[in-house]
Amino acid sequence: MHDRADAQQYPVVCKVPTGVPGVDEITGGGIPQHRTTLVVGGPGSGKTIFALQTLVNGACEWGEPAIFVAFEENSRHIIQNAASFGWNLPELERQKLFFLDARMPAETVLAGGYDLAGMLAGLQAKAAEMGAKRIVFDSIDVLLTLLGDVQAERRELYRVHDWLSSTGLTGVITTRIEGGVDPAFAEHFGFLQFMADCVVLLQHRLVDRVSLRAFRVLKYRGSGFAENEFPLVITPTGIEVASVGVTESAMQYPVFTERVTTGIDRLDTMLTGGYLRGTSLLITGSPGTAKTTLGGAFTQAACARGERALFISFDEAAAEVVRNLASVNIHLQQYIDNGLLQIHAFRSESRSAEEHLIRIKRLIDEHRPRCMVVDPLSALLKAGGHVTGPAVAQRLLSLTKQQGITTLCTSLLAGIEPESEASPLQISTIADTWIHLSYIAQSGERNRALTIVKSRGTGHSKQVRELVLSNEGLTLSDVYTAGGAVLMGALRAEKEAQEALAREQMQLDAERKQRALDEANAQAQARIDELQREMALRQEEMARMQREQELREQGWRARQSEIRATRGGDVNTALTNYGDMPLEQRDIDTGGGA
Amino acid sequence: MAETSATVYLRLYIAGNAPNSARARKNLALISRDLAPEQLHLEIVDVLQEPLRALEDKVFVTPVLRKLAPPPEAQIVGDLSDHAQVRSVLGLGEVER
Repeated sequence: MHDRADAQQYPVVCKVPTGVPGVDEITGGGIPQHRTTLVVGGPGSGKTIFALQTLVNGACEWGEPAIFVAFEENSRHIIQNAASFGWNLPELERQKLFFLDARMPAETVLAGGYDLAGMLAGLQAKAAEMGAKRIVFDSIDVLLTLLGDVQAERRELYRVHDWLSSTGLTGVITTRIEGGVDPAFAEHFGFLQFMADCVVLLQHRLVDRVSLRAFRVLKYRGSGFAENEFPLVITPTGIEVASVGVTESAMQYPVFTERVTTGIDRLDTMLTGGYLRGTSLLITGSPGTAKTTLGGAFTQAACARGERALFISFDEAAAEVVRNLASVNIHLQQYIDNGLLQIHAFRSESRSAEEHLIRIKRLIDEHRPRCMVVDPLSALLKAGGHVTGPAVAQRLLSLTKQQGITTLCTSLLAGIEPESEASPLQISTIADTWIHLSYIAQSGERNRALTIVKSRGTGHSKQVRELVLSNEGLTLSDVYTAGGAVLMGALRAEKEAQEALAREQMQLDAERKQRALDEANAQAQARIDELQREMALRQEEMARMQREQELREQGWRARQSEIRATRGGDVNTALTNYGDMPLEQRDIDTGGGA
Repeated sequence: MAETSATVYLRLYIAGNAPNSARARKNLALISRDLAPEQLHLEIVDVLQEPLRALEDKVFVTPVLRKLAPPPEAQIVGDLSDHAQVRSVLGLGEVER
């Protein structure tokens, strides 16, 4: 990749995995096979461990026998030191690993020129005998110092290089550089860099009195690699390099639509059903705003569903977390006992942020949680080498997202003003859901207010709620907004009482009015009844009058018949009796008829 | 030089015909020329011929001269061009100039 000649010389680079966590990811598969990798670094940067770990992994994971040539340290010492990493070297040594203690005995006398031909011949025979695939020279600078003459040093380096090329072994050569390259060594270093196909730099420095280690690939012939510097940590099982999120594969993570409860009913409602599975949640707030309690509620709910959970507590002991949460009716001890929950407490300042990240990653790998709480994530800022804090926080969230772990992080905010609703870790932008807790101080008391600032992928309530902590647990209640002010706590209680009173008053008023109306209705009804009675009476009277009239008529007709009968006269005569007849019935004959 | 009555047991490890190995053989011959044959027992090991043996004997650079007896054991690295140094280590005493 550097020039055409190289490209032709190494058309395809085969790689062998180192098995050192993170390194294979950064180098895209490991170190170059059948070629030499140079590991440079200052004292204590982990060169020997790195080289040895590569061999041990090769032997254990891929069954590749290997040779370790120690120029600097007694091979017994190396085996003893490595025992703490849990690598079973004595057992491996019997089968797959050969240690060559190539230190010059102290009583050795130098008398003239010499070279490495003898050792290389011996190693070649040994490699052939055991079928070795990998070899380490640790560290070549010690060997070169022994040669004591620049010409000889250069010559022997060539010899080693040629030998490695001819044997086809995958070589790892370590060399020490202190505070940059020693001018006396510069020439060799240049050559070493040239002869190696892959150069890796391990650094160890102090930042704010905290030890920081770093891993960087300086060159890789014929292959691309991640060029950044990556944090390196020596853990109880060896070296780990924090390569989280190096490649685009980090952007391929499971996406869920499932909801997980927040542990608080009303908060679930505000989030239209809870947090989204696999997302990252940020809870910000000043000290004492119950951030940890929200984390605890979330944890308890996860464990109650039977999910594994991991609670990382910075600067607060696990037992303390459990006790404090128990006071708000969140009981985690039972889940610790049955193994679902692990609470780990870290002291933030004791390590660099990267080291914390690697330790958290290890815990995740071991415990395989589905839900995780980091309380507070802002502790990473306090961690040594704080310049890296935000990046580490991002990598942590990216890691948990990749694994589909729903992660709740709290973050401490110094101010209590709403304007300071910005996260110092700048993770507010990558967190999916952001809940802000604040104090509202009013009328001599402080109350906690909860707002959902954002929630990707879910609807959410825009209202401010009051967070109420009691020994029954955690609840949210509505806040009263009166005249533009938000009322909480005692004021809310007062307002509630006032409202209750007002409601009672209104009810009484309504009842009274109802009664009045009922009465009026009753009166009206009474009037209706009376009028109806009156009407009935009148109708009765009218009927009586009619009957009397009829009777009178009948009496008249009866009398007329009687009269006619007594007179015995004709009808006309009877009709001439006008006197009793109505005028219109009188048949007055004004002509000459009569 | 006169009081070296006991036999000196030496072993010289060389790498084939490498120039410094050849020089070492020559130098050793020169250094030991005044010893009677029974006073010197010299074994020459070619690491290219017996590489595994060399490794077992912890021979890492060549040439190497080892004094096995009489005690103390000693090891001299290099082409033995520093005769005085070699004689002193082997207990052969000073050479008169």
